[in-house]
Amino acid sequence: MARPACYIIGAASTRKSRGHKLSDVLATIFGASSLELLSFQPPNGRGLSLLHGLANSVGIAFGSFGVGLVIGIGGAYGKLYGGPVVRDLLEVYTTVVRAVPELVLILLLYFAGTDLINQLLTALGHAAIDINGVVAGIGVLGVVQGAYSTEVLRGAILGIPQGQIEAARAYGMPPGLLLRRITLPAMLPFAIPGLANLWLIATKDTALLAIVGVNELTQTTRTAAGATKAYFTFFMAADALYLVLTLVSNVVIGRVERWARRGMPSIAGSH
Amino acid sequence: MAAAETPVINVAARASLWMRPHRIALILIALVIILASIFLMRWDWLPTYLPLALQGIWRTIWLLVVTSALGIALAIPLGLAQVIGPPILSVPAKVFCTVIRGTPLLLQLWLLYFGLGSLFPQFPWIRESFLWPILRQAWPYAVLSLTISYAGYEGEIMRGAFAGVPKGQLEAARAFGMSRWKMFRRVWLPQAIHRALPTLAGETVLQLKATPLVATITMVDIYAVASRVRQDLFVTYEPLLLLALVYMAITGILVFGFRRLEARIPNRLG
Repeated sequence: MARPACYIIGAASTRKSRGHKLSDVLATIFGASSLELLSFQPPNGRGLSLLHGLANSVGIAFGSFGVGLVIGIGGAYGKLYGGPVVRDLLEVYTTVVRAVPELVLILLLYFAGTDLINQLLTALGHAAIDINGVVAGIGVLGVVQGAYSTEVLRGAILGIPQGQIEAARAYGMPPGLLLRRITLPAMLPFAIPGLANLWLIATKDTALLAIVGVNELTQTTRTAAGATKAYFTFFMAADALYLVLTLVSNVVIGRVERWARRGMPSIAGSH
Repeated sequence: MAAAETPVINVAARASLWMRPHRIALILIALVIILASIFLMRWDWLPTYLPLALQGIWRTIWLLVVTSALGIALAIPLGLAQVIGPPILSVPAKVFCTVIRGTPLLLQLWLLYFGLGSLFPQFPWIRESFLWPILRQAWPYAVLSLTISYAGYEGEIMRGAFAGVPKGQLEAARAFGMSRWKMFRRVWLPQAIHRALPTLAGETVLQLKATPLVATITMVDIYAVASRVRQDLFVTYEPLLLLALVYMAITGILVFGFRRLEARIPNRLG
């Protein structure tokens, strides 16, 4: 019963006569030359393009997380200290973004964003450009991340003992200095669990950009798998890469959290 | 959306909240935008695609309900195994939750559909079995991967919920002479679910937002219908905007439903 497997894989068929069941099944699952496919030698091995995709994914995740943080700080300030109109508009932004699937938002923002930029360029007399997928991905995911980090940072700012901010104001600190010296460092311990979650979401949301053809890890994996028909091997490899990214992130997050909470009482009994 | 949530008692208070001058101005602007998009954009495709769209909405909701229910059923043993299970159960449960939560759902879906899908035909006994007509379709893979994903996230939440039930409750149950199963059924599980309910609501909204991914493996949910309109007629924004509206409506209903559910459970602050 293992024979047709060898028949399909082809390369493993030389050992057909031996008839080892387990090795045949394994060969079927991972493809006979799966390790060769994952190697870094260009003609057959596609490890390099996977790593390139991973680098793009990490870059997009970093970029969108950063854009999201900037939007989030602005949004949190707007929600807490802004006028009624700003508050309502920000409420609409965070509600809509959090209620609509990321996939739909990515399509909407991707098409609308590139369209808008090109229309603007043609209106100004320039030629339309082909927008880099990585840059577009950072922009689109950044807007999505911004809505979530607005809520995280708003909660964190509310977690600061408000007397600290009042004291800084009483010293006559200008708003920029207040933000830099008091609000941001003081809110960090409250914000880090939420932001850590957002970072992990950002790394996994980059996979969605494969839908619009951005050349990140999932897309390169799909291309490689489609070309070699070794779907299982490549998707497993990509899964492993994402998992490593998450696990490494968890270690770094733990360090950052310990640093941000330095001098604060430890949370006893958590976990 | 807000009108549906308004209880009878404080209608007046709510109304005055909405009637502040800047709100009226913003609502008017929103109305103008909505009217402009109704009259200036292309909606002539809507009647043709309406039956398909309704079918797609039904399929999205079906997928959400089925995978959430199965996911919770799987999450309870996963959470329990991590809290009181021996290492032989708790370690695999922990690894499962970590792997599922550490990799993108899209990739899990593709691994199951393309990976297993390309694998199954190579085994004749699978191809000859009675399950083959089902395994050739896309929906089993969609249901499986969405269920696994929900179970992974929810299992972690159930772990916290089970661990969070005060020890005294369980000791009291045992002191009453309850058997282990009865104690679990009457005391531990209800209190854990009560604790997990607010998070469960959020997770279910996330699950709804994950359902459009199944369109990438040829399942025709509401998202796939919108994509088809886009490809058939080259109208980009209209179907996507309608799609966003549909998902917002379902999210609203979900949040409202969970809030009603939470309100039904008596809550006494100590």
